[in-house]
Amino acid sequence: MLEKLESLDAEHAKAVAGGGEKYVDRHHARGKLLPRERIELLVDPGSAFLELSPLAGWGSDFAVGASVVTGIGVIEGVECLITANDPTVKGGASNPWTVKKGFRAAQIAEENGLPTVSLVESGGADLPTQKEIFIPGGKAFRDLTRASARKQPTIALVFGNSTAGGAYIPGMSDYTVMVREQAKVFLGGPPLVKMATGEESDDESLGGAEMHARTSGLADHLAEDEHDAIRIGRRIVARLNRERRGLTPAYTEPDADPDGLLDLVPADLKEPFDPRDVIARVVDGVSRDNAVAFDEFKPLYGSSLVTGWARIHGHPVGILANAQGVLFSEEAQKATQFIQLANQVDTPLLFLHNTTGYMVGADYEQGGIIKHGAMMINAVSNSTVPHLSVIMGASYGAGNYGMNGRAFDPRFLFTWPSAKSAVMGPAQLAGVLSIVARAAAEAKGQDYDEEGDAGMRAYVEQMVEEASLPYALSGMLYDDGVIDPRDTRTVLGICLSVIANKPVVGTDRFGVFRM
Amino acid sequence: MIRRLMVANRGEIASRVFRTCRALGIETVAVHSDADADLPYVREADLAVRLPGNTPAETYLDVALLLDAARRTGADAIHPGYGFLSENAGFAAAVEDAGLTWVGPTPASIEAMGSKVEAKRIMREAGVPVLEAPAQPTESDLPLIVKASAGGGGRGMRIVRSLDALDREVAAARAEAESAFGDGTVFVEPYVEHGRHVEVQVVGSSVYGDRDCSLQRRHQKVVEEAPAPGLDDAVRTAMHDAARAAAEAIDYRGAGTVEFLLDPATRRFWFLEMNTRLQVEHPVTEAVQGVDLVELQLRVAESDWFMGWGGEPDGHAIEVRLYAEDPAADHAPQSGVLTRFEIPAEDGVRIDAGYESGSEVSTFYDAMLAKVVAHAPTRTAAARRLAGVLSRATIHGVPTNRDQLVAILRDPRFLAGEVSTALLPEVQVPPLDPAWAPVAAALAIAEHDAALRTVQRGIPVGWRNVTSQPQLTLLDDQPVAWWGGRDGYRVDGATVVAASPTAVTLEVDGVRTTYAVVVGDGAVDVDWPGGHAAYARTPRFTDPADAVASGSLLAPMPGTVTAVHVAAGDEVAAGQPVLVLEAMKMQHTVAAPTAGTVTEIGVETGAQVAAGEVLAVVAETVEEEQ
Repeated sequence: MLEKLESLDAEHAKAVAGGGEKYVDRHHARGKLLPRERIELLVDPGSAFLELSPLAGWGSDFAVGASVVTGIGVIEGVECLITANDPTVKGGASNPWTVKKGFRAAQIAEENGLPTVSLVESGGADLPTQKEIFIPGGKAFRDLTRASARKQPTIALVFGNSTAGGAYIPGMSDYTVMVREQAKVFLGGPPLVKMATGEESDDESLGGAEMHARTSGLADHLAEDEHDAIRIGRRIVARLNRERRGLTPAYTEPDADPDGLLDLVPADLKEPFDPRDVIARVVDGVSRDNAVAFDEFKPLYGSSLVTGWARIHGHPVGILANAQGVLFSEEAQKATQFIQLANQVDTPLLFLHNTTGYMVGADYEQGGIIKHGAMMINAVSNSTVPHLSVIMGASYGAGNYGMNGRAFDPRFLFTWPSAKSAVMGPAQLAGVLSIVARAAAEAKGQDYDEEGDAGMRAYVEQMVEEASLPYALSGMLYDDGVIDPRDTRTVLGICLSVIANKPVVGTDRFGVFRM
Repeated sequence: MIRRLMVANRGEIASRVFRTCRALGIETVAVHSDADADLPYVREADLAVRLPGNTPAETYLDVALLLDAARRTGADAIHPGYGFLSENAGFAAAVEDAGLTWVGPTPASIEAMGSKVEAKRIMREAGVPVLEAPAQPTESDLPLIVKASAGGGGRGMRIVRSLDALDREVAAARAEAESAFGDGTVFVEPYVEHGRHVEVQVVGSSVYGDRDCSLQRRHQKVVEEAPAPGLDDAVRTAMHDAARAAAEAIDYRGAGTVEFLLDPATRRFWFLEMNTRLQVEHPVTEAVQGVDLVELQLRVAESDWFMGWGGEPDGHAIEVRLYAEDPAADHAPQSGVLTRFEIPAEDGVRIDAGYESGSEVSTFYDAMLAKVVAHAPTRTAAARRLAGVLSRATIHGVPTNRDQLVAILRDPRFLAGEVSTALLPEVQVPPLDPAWAPVAAALAIAEHDAALRTVQRGIPVGWRNVTSQPQLTLLDDQPVAWWGGRDGYRVDGATVVAASPTAVTLEVDGVRTTYAVVVGDGAVDVDWPGGHAAYARTPRFTDPADAVASGSLLAPMPGTVTAVHVAAGDEVAAGQPVLVLEAMKMQHTVAAPTAGTVTEIGVETGAQVAAGEVLAVVAETVEEEQ
């Protein structure tokens, strides 16, 4: 696990490096701050910053991190969704992954009712991939104004270029701050204006901070420099009247040392591990207000899935955790009941994945495994309490769905470096392909090419293995980030605190449960 | 019998007298100026009377006000403390005329000793050696010093080391004094190279041992001890006899001190002056003599005299005077709020303090915060104990001479008994090595902030899932870098063993040090065995509007300057029109915000100005404080 964590640090370092030393130095030489430097100044001193999708674009042709930083930080005691363009990566231009990462951030802001602070400095769209950006990209502006309408204030701090379509980021935000002699916000620059109307113009008259603050009124505040823009941004958040009422109850740290999480997950995911050992290292320990750390529900039934109640950083949660990998009918029915119970008492749910999927075989098909799996997926899909998912190990097949995979819109989904996720295991998938190919050859009366089969299996196995690894999944925005298992409790604590910005309301309406 | 006593003084000496009064069952009355209203001595008294105003002249030196305070409170006795009116014969007489008991010598004694010339005459007649050169000096009187009568600060002083040179130097000094002070009067005194200031405590004509007060700066005593170290029996006996003779010569009543200049080289001594009051440094005598001098004063005043005298000193006592001052700036007095003032009260240590945590030190009076006294079997033990107590004291908010006092008490020359009036300036205060104090301050601030959080309270401080840079804390404009996160705090070069808002323990090269930290709004104080450091907490952001030179007049809106009423260098009164701006067809007068001098005029009539542009700068006239 430690090797995997070193590798994770290296991948994160790629995102932090942005456009590389040359562009970072040039940016600094202009007296400008890097996106993460801006964020560090923006958030409260010593507060946490949970960066989201840091590996977006991993494995693509674009830089790891997708030229934008998104995350959740605390500004003047208010949890905010923060986005910051990285102008050192191709001028901060948006590529398809940037757009997807922005959408995910906007979704998180929407679902959790967070204000958004955008630190803007982007050269616009990556033109070679404009076809993947232009049409869907309009959603970014739609999201901004809809957030405003939902009373989730939007604030744009403009540090540099924000032109053409990008001009609508400050344009659609509730509050706009522009940095003197840096911000440049216009629909069309001097060359385009010249071509369109023949008018001679310059950057400042078309979109300078000074002009927008004094003449157009697009800028609400004129900042002297980057620090000043951040100072003003913090003051705006301070006046949003979003003071949190009521503190979380007192709690104690877990009864077992979270460092132990490093040794829990076997290198070979075929070996199951007891999720109770994970739970004991993630949930609040025993204290006066918390007589039992984890109250297990239905412990004697469907023992391949552990369910029960606990608290994390004082927030109550219901937990569903795979114990033996396979989900049988009993486990599916147990999960369905448990999800209904959580909705009855408005309690968020945490799914800890280590599943190889629903059981196959004649006995199980005849026992109604599809019916029961469908019940579980029905319950997960229609449950309205917030869901959190952590993929600890395997997350294969429909098990990924039943355990609240990405498609089921958990509020947050994080992955451990030990995780793997695919429709089935690489060896199984290659084996299935092999069997099917052999059957096809036999049906045609052809000889089966055993050597070719071995090569095909090795190739498929490797390809599926690579595609099922956490960085690849994270690169495609299929999670919100790969985390150190020892940080699980902290990450979940932040998520639960963020979730608490909106009331937790369970549903009493599910789809028809097929009995 | 005294029933209710008023102390016509302030601060620690008032507290000191009240303490004995309480022990004797005497009720107490304090008087206080406005600035002193919140000091501890005022609360300690049974009754307190406000003396309106702050300057000594309108408060502690106003005889009529003081007598009125005594009358209103029904006090039947007045103790003058030291300083202020304590050696004012007129006040003593007025107190007695008002029918009150004066705790001090007779007005006649005060008067006699108040005049230097008269005092010397009386002492010479009583056979006490007096510091003056014989009319016809001989080789054995050398060296001599020629001083200008009107001089000061060393000007006009000439040291004479051979008899041949005497006449020439006197003539030269006379000429210099004439031109410098307009008064050519000079006199000749024996010059003592490394003189010591030794004094003898008397009550009436009984001797209560001696003290050494040689360590002075700017003629102010800083370190005092009893008994005077290294006096041989002959000198000590002669000096005590001289003091006794001095007291008898004026039929002295009550506590007093006879001061001598001692030449350690020749073992000769001369009478300097007699202080007809309780001395600041009386606690060292109380410690080694086992007496309460204030109690003796009161018994004398009540005419309850007894036959008594001092005995052999028991061990050794050293007192230091802790001043609010900046030793680095020529001991300039300092003022401000003592946010923390805690001196460990340990065995063998006496603290006579006039202030407490939260007290404000004003600029109106002597800046002595406290006297700290250590009593031990030997001189070196007392010095070590006192240095230890001082170094562990927590003093925040106002700079003090604490580090210098510790350096003196640990100086090998001082420990060897080589005290003289010349020693103090030679004692080097080891430069403070702040080492890890800024790191401790930064981490305590982080913990302090964490404790005030309203969201994500239990999340580790400075946690990041993607680490890009350290957290930066600005102290005195300098960034201190640290990392937070899952495993607690990390800093380069040290291990953070523990951190809380009030204490941070760091381990460097296997050695642990705990730093006590007080995080205030604007400053953070750190105390550790290596010393004390205070850092200003630099705000993360400053509003550029606040960063403009103070006194700048900014254009309230864009417009045209239609008139400029002043020129650079002009004096202006607060509210005086500086210039007129026309905007939107309205005349706007820009006036001086405070009285001061126009240091800058940035515009002229007809100039177009933008909103926020600096039009003029007015430097505020600062009234010099006394």
